[in-house]
Amino acid sequence: MEALTAKNVTKRYTQHTALDDVSISIPEKSIYGLLGPNGAGKTTLIRIINQIIDSDSGEISIFNEKLNPKHIGTIGYLPEERGLYKKLKVGEQLLYLAQLKGMTKAEALEKLKVWLTKFEIKDWWNKKVEDLSKGMAQKVQFVSTVLHEPKLIILDEPFSGFDPINAQLITNEILELREKGSTIIFSTHRMETVEALCDHIALINKSKKILEGPKKQVKDAYKTNTFLVEHIGNNFTLPADKYDLLEQYKIEDNYHHSTIRIRGADSPNQLIRDLVDVTEVHNFVEKIPTMSEIFITLVKEDPSL
Amino acid sequence: MNKIWLIMQREFLNRVQKKSFLIATILVPLIFPAVIGVMAFILMKQEKSASISVVEVLDESGKMSFENSSRFEFVTIQGTLEHAKTTYTESSHFALLYIPDFDLSKPEGMTLYSKENPSIRKIDELESLVEKRIHDLKLEQFNIDKETLKSLKTSVNLKSVNLSATGEEKASNSTIFYILGFALGVLIYMFVLIYGMQIMLGVIEEKTSKIVEVIVSSVKPFQLMMGKILGIASVGLLQFSIWALLIGVLSTAAMSLFGLNMPQQQAMEQVMQQMDDPEMAEAAKSNEKIMNIMQSISDIPYTYIVFNFAFYFLGGYLLYGALFAAVGSAVDSQQEAQQFTFPITMPLIIAYFGLFMFILNEPDSTASFWFSIIPFTSPVAMVGRLGYNPPLWQLILSQVLLIGGFVFTTWIAGRIYRVGILMHGTKVNYKVLAKWFMMKN
Repeated sequence: MEALTAKNVTKRYTQHTALDDVSISIPEKSIYGLLGPNGAGKTTLIRIINQIIDSDSGEISIFNEKLNPKHIGTIGYLPEERGLYKKLKVGEQLLYLAQLKGMTKAEALEKLKVWLTKFEIKDWWNKKVEDLSKGMAQKVQFVSTVLHEPKLIILDEPFSGFDPINAQLITNEILELREKGSTIIFSTHRMETVEALCDHIALINKSKKILEGPKKQVKDAYKTNTFLVEHIGNNFTLPADKYDLLEQYKIEDNYHHSTIRIRGADSPNQLIRDLVDVTEVHNFVEKIPTMSEIFITLVKEDPSL
Repeated sequence: MNKIWLIMQREFLNRVQKKSFLIATILVPLIFPAVIGVMAFILMKQEKSASISVVEVLDESGKMSFENSSRFEFVTIQGTLEHAKTTYTESSHFALLYIPDFDLSKPEGMTLYSKENPSIRKIDELESLVEKRIHDLKLEQFNIDKETLKSLKTSVNLKSVNLSATGEEKASNSTIFYILGFALGVLIYMFVLIYGMQIMLGVIEEKTSKIVEVIVSSVKPFQLMMGKILGIASVGLLQFSIWALLIGVLSTAAMSLFGLNMPQQQAMEQVMQQMDDPEMAEAAKSNEKIMNIMQSISDIPYTYIVFNFAFYFLGGYLLYGALFAAVGSAVDSQQEAQQFTFPITMPLIIAYFGLFMFILNEPDSTASFWFSIIPFTSPVAMVGRLGYNPPLWQLILSQVLLIGGFVFTTWIAGRIYRVGILMHGTKVNYKVLAKWFMMKN
């Protein structure tokens, strides 16, 4: 089942189009990376999903149900711009936010106990938010996002402002939530995060979706049949009609590195055979593009630019 | 609806639990009884033993006779004036009234000796008592039958009281209603400004602390706005109720502490006294003015005023509160807000000046009519007119328009608010506001 599908969603403002005919589909229990440069329209899409604003056209379904106010409790949203009531105590604040999401006070209290114990922040209950450090406030905010056990969690740049220890803590929580059946949408332009956590991605640029799919597939699609070879000696040539030697440099003494692209439909094995004849191969690996490379390539190549 | 209620509760509790609220709520009413207490104290100093003043009467003419009243106790003494003076100074009595032997047609030489300067009121009262006695004596002298005289006196007195009462009452009522209209108008003006600002600051706080995006993913921006406006309204109502209650209780306490009654009570007592005892009517005449004022205070149609005041109080607050919320949503800081708060407060300030220039002086003028009909000025203007009994159709028209007015401003404000709260760092001017207003959701 799809946790969320968006069909032909368009949102126009007087001066510009924020989303232009965007369709995505997010499989249940996936960690879905919503990528794109600043101003691409990610936040607009997220706001539409959160029913903060309406789309001009298009349709959004959550678990095969047309998006409606009932879904407020289904979604947990951590916006990029974090914020809590500064003068309010942690406990009151979390209770209030949970009640706004539709939980009863008793429910919220019970769940809060579990989370606060887990995050070791139980004794913050009566602290005002303004007295907390930034990292502490982030923890509180994360708890408020997931407290009502949303089936769809939307995290906008979740790691900004976290120190590595807290970032790890949150990462583990995210993975655990996925295990328990939640679907997670990451909106980010931090490619390490995407690389490490996401299994599906979509790339939005200039209000349009330009790429979507499982991460593996996307990466495979952007493989360039290029191989990284480490070998002894460099006085050899490969048939120029079959291979491009993109780069070659010395690592040490007579130990060299070459980046070689296969031009035709030859298999990597053929390249190895050809190499073995002329040099002593020590390392042979396919060059898989990083998400960052794909991102940059696509955004730069985008014809609308 | 449920969520508006939640937000309302939160806003209410946040503010009510603050120390500053507690302090303001308790301190302000303390100021009033303190002032009243001081005034009462001064009054008491002036009219020492105000309840009953003992007056020694040395009557050499033998013609005088005074009846004790609730204000004076008369002690007749004998002897020479010199002797009387010495005994008087040694006593704790209020005054010594010396009446020499006098000619009825030309009463002269009557003197009131006292240790301190007696109040003009007391002298007036004593004078009228003496005058009345001489008046009686004169009637007797002209052989007018005492019985006839008595019945005649009664009816004449009753009539004069009624006539003068109606005449006076009108004059003093307009003073009371001027003060009442002034107080109510200024109260609404202050309430709208103070609590309107609170709304604005609250919205700015939510915006700058970035909490707002979390909140609007759970509730509609309009619900958030209304929850805040209504929450703060209940804080205001609570505060004013506590003030009214505390001022009432403490003032009564302060007054009874200093041996004074509440104005209404006093007025009632005097009226009763007048009816029971026609002889006293004339003596009480000097009190008439004060009494009439007291009387008209108790004549104020309280339910009518309270109901209408509450209506304009809330109506005006809602009308302006929505606009303040819109301003708060549009800006990123309080400084930035100033350019927008000025045009909002403008009609309020105009209404405030209108209150003094037209409404209180000429409540039935054309200017007053328009001031009390236009929703932006009517909350201040119409309460100023309440005491003057504005025509019912004007009152109804004004209230209907006010309801329409705040529905209208809330609608406009809601449209600006829903866009504004999510905008950061935009340079906002009226064109931008208009654009936001026109924006589809």
